[in-house]
Order: sequence, then C-alpha cells, then structure tokens
Amino acid sequence: MAREKIVVAGGSTKSWKLLLGLRIFAFMATLAAAIVMSLNKETKTLVVATIGTLPIKATLTAKFQDTPAFVFFVIANVMVSFHNLLMIVLQIFSRKLEYKGVRLLSIAILDMLNATLVSAAANAAVFVAELGKNGNKHAKWNKVCDRFATYCDHGAGALIAAFAGVLLMLLVSSVSISRLLINSKHLSTTTTVV
Amino acid sequence: MVKLTQRLGGLVLRFAAFCAALGAVIAMITSRERSSFFVISLVAKYSDLAAFKYFVIANAIVTVYSFLVLFLPKESLLWKFVVVLDLMVTMLLTSSLSAAVAVAQVGKRGNANAGWLPICGQVPRFCDQITGALIAGLVALVLYVFLLIFSIHHVVDPFLLRKS
Repeated sequence: MAREKIVVAGGSTKSWKLLLGLRIFAFMATLAAAIVMSLNKETKTLVVATIGTLPIKATLTAKFQDTPAFVFFVIANVMVSFHNLLMIVLQIFSRKLEYKGVRLLSIAILDMLNATLVSAAANAAVFVAELGKNGNKHAKWNKVCDRFATYCDHGAGALIAAFAGVLLMLLVSSVSISRLLINSKHLSTTTTVV
Repeated sequence: MVKLTQRLGGLVLRFAAFCAALGAVIAMITSRERSSFFVISLVAKYSDLAAFKYFVIANAIVTVYSFLVLFLPKESLLWKFVVVLDLMVTMLLTSSLSAAVAVAQVGKRGNANAGWLPICGQVPRFCDQITGALIAGLVALVLYVFLLIFSIHHVVDPFLLRKS
C-alpha cells in the first residue's frame, strides 16, 4: 500500500521523522526564547535632575518582570518547550506502540493548543515591546529603548526566537493533524473492504 | 439524526462566533472619547495604539471568514482545507486578543518602572468600551476552539473516535 500505515508501525515512517525534526527545532527555539528573555536585565545610572550644578543620579533597572506581557512570554515559552520535550521523549521511546484513534487525536489537539499559546505569547510581547521602542505620543508614554539599548536588543533576540517557534509549532500541528487524517483514511478503507 | 444535530451544532457555533467577532470589531471601532482638562482636549481613539488596530483587522478577517464558511455545503471537499484554516484563524484570534489585552493592561495600570501613566482615569468610557470589545473577542476565541475540534470531527470519520 502506498499510504503510510501509522497504526501498524509506530515509528520510522516519513511523517514520523519529519515530526521529530520539527519538534526538536521548535523545542530549541522556544527554550532559547524563554532563557534569553528571563535573563534580560540592565542596570543604568542616569542623571534625572540637576539642582544648581549638582547632578542627581538615580540607578534604574530594566528587567523583564516589570512588564506582565514579558512574564507571560517567559511562562508560555517554558510551557511549550516542556510540551515539545515530552512529545519528543514519547515519540522516541514508543516506537513499537500502536497509535490508535484517541492517542493521535489527543496529540493533535495538544499540539494545536500549544501552537495557539505560543503565538499569543509572542504577539503580546512584540506589541508591548513596540510600545517601549517607539513610545506613544497620544498617551504620553516615553520610549525606553534609547536609554536601555542592551535590554531592548536582548528582548528583540528572544522575540525572533519565539516567532521562529510559532512558525515551527504551526508546522508541527499541521503534521499532527495530517497524521490523524491519514490514519482515519487507512482505518476507513480497511473496514469498508471487510 | 445524530448527523443532523452535529451539522446544526456546527452551524450554530459558527454563527455565534461570527456575531462575537463582529461585535468586537464594532465595539472597538466606535470607541472614541474626548477628554478635556484646562484648555487642552485630547481625543482617545482605538487607532492610537497599534495593538488595537491589529485586533480590529484580525477580528474583521475572522468575521468575513466565518460568514463564508457558513455557506459551505456539507459534502464539499473543502472541509479538509477548513480544518487548517480554522487552526490559523484560531492562532490569529489568540494573538490579536492577547496583544490587545497586554496593551490595555498597560493603559489601565501604567508601568511605574518606565514612567508610563495610566490613561483610564481620564477616559473611563473609552476604557469600558475597549474592555467590552476584548470580552467579545474572548468569546469568539473560545467558540473557535470548539469549532476547531468540530471541524476535525467533521473531516475524520466519526467511527474512528468510537473505537479506541
């Protein structure tokens, strides 16, 4: 039969290898995003006012915990990378297992939920970061990035990694759904023949 | 008989999602408030913030898409395509909702570390209407998560789920 038999042989089919490769990349991307953003911190001593000839300095710290969107970003990326790790381990160590109906369906649904989670986190962080970079003159919010350039650069790197993770998770969930469809087609043809 | 109720349930869910997304778009577009203190008068409108513009655009796309899928006949081959499109639309909805909520949270509480003052004290009606639009967006999102499972169930043969 030209079609892959996912039910009979759990491992080493084409879609299995593709899924494993995509999951490894998605795991690395979301883990990198979480780590870079969680280590994002910059301390700077700035002159805030001058009284006469005496400049008053204040030490300001920019850290990711100040912004709830970035906290959500870190938590969501950790969750998605953990999910990917779990799925990788499951895929490697259950090659002989038969993937029957509910198992494939639950993997597909979990993949979809995690894809939406990581896309939500990446988008929230990028819009708040855009506010920090450009400010907003209608609301009179000043820019942050001209003073804390390293903080902004590290944040931008984490965001790029997260968007790569979003794309990869979308591909992963598409492959999971197509495995589900192939499996159902295989089952339906066998039962109608019988 | 079971198939008829399934089909009807899917239609009702999609129509409800269409209404919710449309409500979110309309509520956000019509939110505009003028606040004046001393001689300065400021107008707060949704297009000041990029995240709200993205929210309006994303929900408008979802509205049009739901309306088109409402008329898809049951036996069409396009239902497989609808599964993938439903997934992409759900991702679009979550991303737009979470971006709008993140920015609205900054507008409501401000950010003390960045020196950003909250704006909701000056334009309370604007803030309330934005909150209403975000709630409608959340309802559309939850309905679409159910619709995603529904479309998969529509494409995958029903008896697959019964034999486990």
